[in-house]
This record gives sequence, structure tokens and C-alpha cells, in this order.
Amino acid sequence: MAAPETSTAAVPSLYTNNALRNAFGGVLSFFILLLIGVMAFSIRLFSVIKYESVIHEFDPYFNYRVTQFLAKNGIYEFWNWFDDRTWYPLGRVIGGTVYPGLTLTAGTIWWLLNSLNIPLSVETVCVFTAPIFSALASWATFLLTKEVKGTGAGLTAAALLAMVPSYISRSVAGSYDNEAVAIFALIFTFYLYIKTLNTGSLFYATLNSIAYFYMVCSWGGYTFIINLIPMHVLLCIVTGRFSSRLYIAYAPLVVLGTLLAALVPVVGFNAVMTSEHFASFLVFIILHVVAFVYYIKGILSPKMFKVAVTLVVSVGLAVCCAVIAVLIALVASSPTKGWSGRSLSLLDPTYASKYIPIIASVSEHQPPTWPSYFMDINVLAFLVPAGIVACFSPLSDSSSFVVLYIATSVYFSGVMVRLMLVFAPAACITSGIALSQSFDVFTRSIKFQLPGISSNTEVDAAETSSATAEAQNDAVKTEKSEETSKNRPSKKSKKKEKEEKPSTKAKAEKRLIALPLDSSVISLLLLILLGAFYVVHCVWAAAEAYSAPSIVLTSHSHDGLHVFDDFREAYAWLRHNTDVDDKVASWWDYGYQTTAMANRTVIVDNNTWNNTHIATVGTAMSSPEKAAWEIFHSLDVKYVLVVFGGLVGYPSDDINKFLWMVRIGGGVFPHIKEPDYLRDGQYRIDSQATPTMLNCLMYKLSYYRFVETDGKGFDRVRQTEIGKKYFKLTHFEEVFTTHHWMVRIYKLKPPKNRIRGKTKKSKSKTSSASSRAKRSGMGKKNPWH
Amino acid sequence: MSKFWVTFVASILILLPFLCNSFSPDTPTDRHVLVLLDDFAIKSSHSSYFNSLRSRGFDLGFKLADDPKIALQRYGQYLYDALILFCPSVERFGGSIDVAAIINFVDSGHDLVIAADVNASDLIREVASECGVDFDEDPSAMVIDHNGYAVSEIEGDHTLIASDDLIKSDVILGSKKITAPVLFQGIGHSLNPVNSLVLKVLSASPSAYSANPKSKLSTPPSLTGSAISLVSVVQARNNARILISGSLSMFSNRFFRSGVQKAGSSTKYEKSGNEQFFTELSKWVFHERGHLKAVNVKHYKVGETNEPALYRINDDLVYSVEIYEWSGSSWEPYVADDVQVQFYMMSPYVLKTLSNDKKGLYSASFKVPDVYGVFQFKVEYQKLGYTSLSLAKQIPVRPYRHNEYERFIPTAYPYYGAAFSTMAGFFIFSFVHLYNK
Repeated sequence: MAAPETSTAAVPSLYTNNALRNAFGGVLSFFILLLIGVMAFSIRLFSVIKYESVIHEFDPYFNYRVTQFLAKNGIYEFWNWFDDRTWYPLGRVIGGTVYPGLTLTAGTIWWLLNSLNIPLSVETVCVFTAPIFSALASWATFLLTKEVKGTGAGLTAAALLAMVPSYISRSVAGSYDNEAVAIFALIFTFYLYIKTLNTGSLFYATLNSIAYFYMVCSWGGYTFIINLIPMHVLLCIVTGRFSSRLYIAYAPLVVLGTLLAALVPVVGFNAVMTSEHFASFLVFIILHVVAFVYYIKGILSPKMFKVAVTLVVSVGLAVCCAVIAVLIALVASSPTKGWSGRSLSLLDPTYASKYIPIIASVSEHQPPTWPSYFMDINVLAFLVPAGIVACFSPLSDSSSFVVLYIATSVYFSGVMVRLMLVFAPAACITSGIALSQSFDVFTRSIKFQLPGISSNTEVDAAETSSATAEAQNDAVKTEKSEETSKNRPSKKSKKKEKEEKPSTKAKAEKRLIALPLDSSVISLLLLILLGAFYVVHCVWAAAEAYSAPSIVLTSHSHDGLHVFDDFREAYAWLRHNTDVDDKVASWWDYGYQTTAMANRTVIVDNNTWNNTHIATVGTAMSSPEKAAWEIFHSLDVKYVLVVFGGLVGYPSDDINKFLWMVRIGGGVFPHIKEPDYLRDGQYRIDSQATPTMLNCLMYKLSYYRFVETDGKGFDRVRQTEIGKKYFKLTHFEEVFTTHHWMVRIYKLKPPKNRIRGKTKKSKSKTSSASSRAKRSGMGKKNPWH
Repeated sequence: MSKFWVTFVASILILLPFLCNSFSPDTPTDRHVLVLLDDFAIKSSHSSYFNSLRSRGFDLGFKLADDPKIALQRYGQYLYDALILFCPSVERFGGSIDVAAIINFVDSGHDLVIAADVNASDLIREVASECGVDFDEDPSAMVIDHNGYAVSEIEGDHTLIASDDLIKSDVILGSKKITAPVLFQGIGHSLNPVNSLVLKVLSASPSAYSANPKSKLSTPPSLTGSAISLVSVVQARNNARILISGSLSMFSNRFFRSGVQKAGSSTKYEKSGNEQFFTELSKWVFHERGHLKAVNVKHYKVGETNEPALYRINDDLVYSVEIYEWSGSSWEPYVADDVQVQFYMMSPYVLKTLSNDKKGLYSASFKVPDVYGVFQFKVEYQKLGYTSLSLAKQIPVRPYRHNEYERFIPTAYPYYGAAFSTMAGFFIFSFVHLYNK
């Protein structure tokens, strides 16, 4: 608080000089931010340039279809949309089961552009939504980090986030998924929380609730926010940092945020009834108790206060125990303890693999490997610890939030590879802090020791700190504001006063760290080199690793580039050659694509809400032909679609997914037993395979006529010759196989017109059967010739 | 005489391509029938049967089974609506006809009459077995019944059976009861009990068995009792109808005219039941009876007339369908009280008997269940002797829209009160707190 008036008067020139520098810095950082936004957008366009402007993967197709519906029918129809083309015959209430944020965002953009007479198609808008929002996300990162450690750290963090591969993987152009907008919403919500925490302004608190509402609209990952913020509040309370700013930052968020969240149809009463939201209410109560205690403490004398504490504690404990007992009983009475399966698998990483094969079967729910950390955040992995250390010097409310954020997200990313996406912004923020702090230290040391300026060292050092290390200033500010937190009304004026003379104050408080010149220069160069590596890696990842749309595959070989466009070929065939109301059965991975691209009714899709229905399809796929035919027939299925990679070596085909069909099917229908399909604990399709395996529908549909391709039936994915090469289908007939055999479509044969008697004359029987088979085999397209 | 027949057949052959369009779903009765014979003697020996057919308007084309020029279809069009195989001993058909051709003929919705006999050829057996009928494997076996044989002047080997064990179906055998026993002499066959498409029309008595009457019975007979079927009919899933008899002589003039007295029975009938039996049965086989059609499937909300694209849960709706029966010359309203409609999604949620107005219009009204999903209106009408009606119409049922719920629920009024009183209380409290100094 040593802010002498004299110093202002003494150095007016310094002040004007400083203001100019600030203004210059402001303009500079504005342009830097602009460039960061442009980079974030353009680094994600590799997929459009290398492939085409097309929606990627699986879930984006559903989002695209929903957006089309929204654009065509308006928001009320979308809200009440009952989709009868999926989950046949159950249907799905899309409006009530979808997170509408992404759809509404893209729909609004489309509507806006169209009302401005810019006639873009819905698909184009959808393709470019993710890059736009990653630019927004990097700006939000700037704001958040700036709140924590100053502008320099903010800019660095924003630049890092703009090209972090983990985020690129989910937000390249065409990757039209919830995460694309949700990461922006997540960071922005955190920014507003920190902003409220730093300013204590109800305005920001309200904005924070609205940002939280947007996040709830966008992604199921909002539970991360509603658990992380209470954790931080609790941390602040426990470490004695309770303040009215904390109250303002938290209480409106819980009340308004919960009310708003309950408005989203997919969340509804879950916002108050599931255990995921429970922590926020508990902390809400604790916060009020603590606030009350502070209030009492203020009006009572210390002696009276002690008496009151003993009284309240003894009564309060009894009441608390009773309430907690009731709550525990309530929660324990539900089988999953009130938690959803996905959340439980976060808390207990082995939960899903033990109990819910359908969650375990999704590849993005698997734990990541170490290389994937290096792939996804690259050098940030090394910078994060330094950033955490920087957050501790000094520790403020906001920097403790960053520490908490990174600590929890590291854990979650270790459980589920998908949550790497939540970890990436935290890593960028801490790395940004680390980088900017070390740059700060090194440049200051150099400046300090350069002979030219050494005469003016003192002023320069002070100015440097004011210009680049607003972080210190900020830290001081927070420290100071904490001291003054009790007498709030005076705070604003003091802050203003403080901002007037930051240089002198910083100078007074700062411990000067000066390193030797040569080592600073070398470290600086090394840091720049590190950054360069990061940039090179990010560009490579964006260009090569994460831009493939997965519906079009390419491969390079000695004789050039091969393009595998089999999926769209198959979906186009379905769209043009089948009846509008025909039902297509496939494993659930291809459900969204079939409805969106082929416009045919599917039995199950990627929204895995009904385990029994998926298990029915899994059972059919792992049953022998006749049983499978009966299952499919009972579901009115006309066509069965299987994905087969054995010819071209496409590894994520249905045979490799088959173990999940068996497990999920066996989980509901016990007559499917996994050991029947295993030889020595392995799924095999070669000559060692079990008879059950060789007779199941999936094997037959995948390998039917496969031996005709090379004469041996060599599967290039499993690297082996198949076990059963020559067989006929009795209840299914092949109707279409794509160019590279990646998608094969079969039709269910109608029930026999007559039922044959039992003849023992095998001679005549086989002859007539073969003649009929020959007839049906004729005119069929053999894609190999 | 034979020359006349040849010209007759030739003229029919020439005219057939022009005549054959007469069979259609609108008039399901067959018109053009090809009769394949072992030899032309059968034509005169079985003339009563053929005449009864001809008198009802059928064009019969007689051919020898090994005639090299016979064909069932030409240029992808079938020349005949039905086929009668009175050629139990043929080893190989002439022309382009083989087992597969006959089976395809049936599978494309045409009718078939097969008369086998003792020593029936493998070919006939194979056709029968494709249709689900297994003749006794011993080729010289006959059905013998020492209790139910027909009394005749000489004590024979009891292979001439007088059976009165007929199927009880007015549709198949006509409404007039066949009182006289039906004479049978020939090979028996068995049916697979799980085969739901094939029906025993005339079965043997419990004391019958199937064996070679000339040799001594060394091993127990494979077919015994009422498991033996003498005459069976098949209605395929596409409603093609097939008649299979183990005896060709049943159709003959001799059997039609002869009197019959069943062993152990004192009543002697002047005339056997064969003529009536086969006349009525041929009416069924050739779709003059028991052929239903369902048209004008409609459903709409109560109080409306247009068919909606989807229903809401708890809607009241009306389902109606018109069902007619072919009488041989025109479509007559079908009257029954057992037609049911299902509102079906994996299992029937609503199963309701349709009421009819005696003019063929069946209707039912019901409430859509409180379950949303893609439902089907299903009518699965499978009645003995009638063609099966299988109607399915898909209709989605949606949940309530967001603004179709009640806005204010009476039971929730205490909560509304609590909410608003808290708001008011808070407002007053803030007012007092801020300005009470």
C-alpha cells in the first residue's frame, strides 16, 4: 500500500511514455489476436484442401442431418422432432435427447447468412463451424489467461491453443461435432468465472451463467464445469480465501445456471436429480454456511463468537449427520448410485469394461497411451509442470483455479482418450504462462545486462516489468485486493490509483531475477526452437494425421495414390435402389451415416441409448444364419450392411468389432457365450476358428465369396487365410458389394413359398438347388472383374 | 375322334397367348388348364371330371406328358393358369418342362393338381415332395384297410377304401355335406406336422396301413393309421393352390358312378362321394371359392377423414378395411366376425376384432397406446381354406409436443403458491432492508 503521491508528480514523462507503450501494446496484441484467429481457422482447412468440403466421421453426420431439419422446419419442429427413421421401431425423440447447442449455432449462422443474401448451403456452414469456433476458443483462452497471468501469457496461450493437435483433431473443417463449440464454451465459462472472481461483478456473474447455459446446450461435458468450479470454491474456502467475490462468482452460477440448464430438454430434471450435479449444491450450502459464519464473526465479540460456534457446531453436526444419512440412503437405493455410466467410468476407470460393454466398446472411451499424449499436446507436456510452478508464484484465486483445472483434466484425460480435449486447453494455458514467464525472465536479464542500457537500468527494469510482466502487477493486485476485500466500496478507487503507478509499485515489490547474459540468450534460443518444433508438429498433425474425413480413405503405395470411396458408394446404392421405407440393419457405428447419407431407416445408431436394441442386433450378427434371419425379420429388416476390410486392409471393420457384438449381445441374451467364439482366448477367423465363429452371420456375410478374389481367401487385416472358404448363404442374398469390398449389402430372402417335404433323394435335391443358385448368381455384379 | 382333338388342341395352342391374359388378381379363377396325361385313354375314362370342369368354363388343353412340344411358358409369359398332372408313371416330361419348371409355375402363383398312383414315378414324387407331401417310399405300396374297405362282390385285398374322414371346412369342400364315402385306391402319403401350409383333406381311418398287398408283411409298415393322408391340399404362401391325391382312379368315371357300401356299415349309397368331393375340391383349387382380397385400407382420427402422416399418443383413431370374397364370377362382401387388427410395435399393443357392416367394410376404432414409436396396423387373417390376408401399414406415433401438455396442473398449486410467495417475500424483505435506515 506504499503508493506515494510524490512519485507520480516526479515522473510525468515516464507516465506518458508508459501510456504510449500501453496503447501500442494494445494495438499490437489486437493484431496478434487477429492473426491467431486467422491461423486457428486456416490450420483446420487442410481437410477441405486435401479432400473436399465434406462432413466427417459418424456423429457429425447426425448433427448435419439435424441441422438440415432445423434449417428446413424451424426451431419448434426441431424441438418436437420425433424421428421415425432411426431406432426402428422405437423411434427417437430427437428434440428431447440431443444437445441442441451446436445445431442451433450452425442453424443461426446459416439463417443469418441467408438473410444477408449469402446463399451458403447448410453443409458448408456445418463444415466451417468448427474452425470458426476454434478461433473463438483461442480468443477465449487469451481472455482467460490474461485474467490469470497477464496479456503476454494470454497471447502465448492463445497461440498455443490455436494449433494444439488435440483440439485440431476434433475441430478440423468438417468435424461438425459438439466438441467443436463446446471447448469454446468451456473456456469462455471459465474466463467469466475468473473474471467474476477477480472483479466481484454481478454483471459478469450473470454472463457466466449464460455462458454455462450455452455449454449445457452444447455438450454433456458441462458436468466438468459444474464439478470443477465447486471444487475450486471449496479449495478457496479451505485455504481461507473466502471473500464476497467468491460468493458472487459462485452463488449466481449455481442458481441461475441450474435453472437455465433445466431448460435444456435433454438435461431437464437431471440438473437437480443426478449425482453429477450434487457437488455444486453441497458446495452452495457450505458457501452459505461459511458466509454466515463470517457475518456472525463480524457482529459478535470474539468471546461470544466462540460460544456461538460451539453451540452451532454441536447442533449443526447432528442435523448434518441426519441429512447426510438420508441422502446416502437415497443415493444408495439407486443401482448406479445416481451416476450415469459414463460418469462412473470416469471415477472408476475399470467400471465400464466390467459392466457396460457398450461404453467400453467405443474407441474414444479407452484410456490413452503415452504416445498419444506426445502426439496430442507435444511439447506442452514438458511446459505444463513449469506452468504449474509459475501459477504458484504467487498463488492467487485465479491461478489456483488453473492448477485445479489442469490437475483434474490430467486425471480425466488419463481415463478416457476423448477427454484429452478438455485437457488440451488447460495444458495450453499453463504452458502459455510458463513460456511467457520464462521469456519474461530471460529478456529482462538480457536487457538488464546489456551494456548500452545499463546506465538506465533501474528505470528500464521497472518499465520492462510494467510492459511485459503485467502478471506481477496482477498478482500484486490480487494480493492487495484480498487485503482490501472486506472494505469493498473503497476498492475501486484504490485500484485506479494503483493502476496509475504500476511501475513504481512493481519496482518496490519486485525481487529482481537476473541470469547471466549468455545463458539467458541460449535459453531464449532453445525456447524459440522448442516453439518451432511445436509449430512444425502441429502443422504436420493438422495436415497428415487429423484431416482424414474417415468416409473417404486414401492410401499411398508405390504405384500412387489410392482413394477408397466405398462408404459413399454403398450409401448411394442404398439411396437409389431400395424402397424409401426399407429398414437397413448394421452395427451401430454406421447408423448415423445410413440415415444421413442413404436416408433409410436403421435399427440402431451411434446414439447408443437402448442397450437391448443394440444387443439384439449384436445377437443377430453372432447367430447362425437362420436365427439371425428370424431376428432381423421380426424387426422388418430388409437389408443388412456389413463393413469388411479384409480385401484392402481396412482395420476398423466389423470383424474387428465383432467381439463387442458378442459381448454386448451376450450381456443381454445369455445364449450368446463369448467363449464359443474364442480359441485360446482369441477371436480367430482362420482354420483354428471355432465352429460357432465360422457359422455366425458376421463371418458369413463378411467372407461370402471372398475366396473368389485371390483364390486363397487371404485376409489382409488379420494377416491370415480364412477358415471356411466355400459356403452358400441360405437366408440372405448378396445384392451389392462396393468396389473395394469395404461395404457389402445383403438382402433378406423372403420366406419360402412352399415348405418342402423330407426327401432322402439327395441327388435330385442338390441338382435343383444348384440350378437355382446358379440362376440367382447370374446377373449379379462381381466387383472383382 | 383323335383327329378332332388334335385340331382342337392345336387351335387352343394358337389362341392361348391371346386368351391367357384372363387370369388376374381381379378375377382370380383360373381359365386355361393344361392337362398332362400318360395316355389319351385317361381322357375318356376320366371324362366326367373333365366335363365338370369344362362346364364351369375352363379351357382344358390335353397333352401327353412326354410330348416334346409342351411348354408352360413362352417369352416369359405363362400360357396356362393351372396344371393337372394325370401322369403318375411319367419318368421325364417332354419339352421344356421339368421339376423346376413346375415349381416355378407354382411359385409364380399358379395352381397344380397331381394325381399319383401305385408305382408313381420319381418325378411325380419329387414334385409332390417339393410341395411338402411325401409318398410312401415303397413304390408298390398301397393303402390297405381291413375295416374301412368298400364292400364289393369279391372279397379283394381291401385296397379299395371307402373313407369318410373328410376335413371339416365348408370353404374347401362346399357347404353341402358329402354324405357318401369317398372311394380310394392307391398310394398313401404323409405330411410333416410342422408344415403349416399343407392340409389333409381326406385321411385314412385309424386301422389303415400302407404296404404292398401282394407280398407278405415282414416289417411293420412305415405309414399307419390316420397319419396316412389320401388326398391333401397345399396353399403356398403366394396363395397358389395344389391338390395332391395318391390315386388317379379316384377321378375316374368308374369311381364317380359306382355305388359304395363301407364295410361294417349297413347303409349302401347309390353313388360314391367322389364326384361331389372332386367337384367341390376343384372349385377350391381353381380359386372359385375361398379367395379373399382386402382393399381400401384406411385409418384416420375420429372426427376427421384425411389419413394423417403420423399419430400422437392417446389419439382416438378409426381403422377400416374392405374385404371381399371371390365367388367365381364376382367379388362378394366377405362376412366374418373374426377379423382382427393389431396395432403392432414388436408386439401387439392393441388387438381388436373388426366389426363389419355386412357389405364388406370392416372397421374398428381404438385409442393409440401411451407409447410412442413406429407402429404398424397389421391384419393377419389366416383362416382354414381361405387365402391368407396379410396387411401391414406403417405409422409413426409421436409423443406430445412441448405445448400439448397442461400448463397448470391443479396438484401443483401449492408449489406455484410457494414460488410466488417467496418471490414477493424476498422483494419486500429487500425493500425493507434497503430503505429502513
